[in-house]
Amino acid sequence: MYIIVVGGGKVGYYLTKSLLEEGHEVLVIEKEARKCARLSEELGANVLEGDGCETALMMEAGMNRAQMVIAVTGDDEDNLAVCQIAKHKFHVPRTTARLNNPRNERIFRKLGVDVTVSSTELILSQIERGLPARSLVHLLTLRSVGVSFVEVEIPSDSPALGRPLKALGIPDDSILALVIRDDQALVPYGDTVLQPGDQVIAVTSEASEGTLRRILYGVTV
Amino acid sequence: MRVVIMGCGRTGAYLAQRLVAEGHQVTVVDKDSGSFARLGANFPGDLVVGTGIDEDVLRRAGIEQADAFIAVTNWDNTNAMAAQVAREIFGVPRVVCRIYDPLREEIYRELGLETICPTIWSAQQIMESLAG
Repeated sequence: MYIIVVGGGKVGYYLTKSLLEEGHEVLVIEKEARKCARLSEELGANVLEGDGCETALMMEAGMNRAQMVIAVTGDDEDNLAVCQIAKHKFHVPRTTARLNNPRNERIFRKLGVDVTVSSTELILSQIERGLPARSLVHLLTLRSVGVSFVEVEIPSDSPALGRPLKALGIPDDSILALVIRDDQALVPYGDTVLQPGDQVIAVTSEASEGTLRRILYGVTV
Repeated sequence: MRVVIMGCGRTGAYLAQRLVAEGHQVTVVDKDSGSFARLGANFPGDLVVGTGIDEDVLRRAGIEQADAFIAVTNWDNTNAMAAQVAREIFGVPRVVCRIYDPLREEIYRELGLETICPTIWSAQQIMESLAG
């Protein structure tokens, strides 16, 4: 896949390196000459110096044949411009933007950026994960269709214990996709009975998250 | 009319003074408080320090009651993003946005923003005066 990364800071550098290692064709665009020189030492010809928001440079970079654009500069307005121009001018199928301010997610989504990644949000979700609080841990959210992949660790007082899944009243727009028990992955069926300590990966609509939480955790405070 | 102007450079400050003189209620937003000096000592409008791509800053500037939002910082991407936030999130009825890069201006115009490109405009004026 041909992927263009805009922004050659630390995020852009490690991202480009990893994508190259995975066998993708990658070009990283960076504005600052000093950073470019350093990037070129390691990444060779996969570096282009210039303003990644300039349409002329985007053309030179072959934006029209890129399958994915990832904008990871430290400025949200630049990341938004890169994604919007890539999408509307060059018809790039998939655009991803790094959010420096997590609150910009709403406007980015509204304006058609396919994926947004916020390190602030990621750190928050890791904290969520480490806390005993009984909330669904969000692994992945597909905003465009309002669906989330969530992880739940079944507690010893879960109301779901001792009864098969089909008797739990799981909403129609939620599905338990995977149960991880003793380091083994099981695909659950209607007759499967959950045990304490099971890690459950579920796919659910945003609307049914509350119901799912009640079924698996019980009434939470 | 209640107008929020983002960017207190030469254009923003001049525009703010003209609008105030015509009796409009004007709030000027700029990330550098020093630039408000361009408005003169007796400017009757409101001043807000901050970047216009931040929803909280825009709210403080009264964007929710604004009839018009004008984005005239020196950065095209900042203007484009702030204008889209004003339009999409706050539903401001009139949004005008300055974009220097003609190619980018074309894209944002196609995306439905009301844009002004001083580059094209001044080149056009020069062409006309050369022709005349």
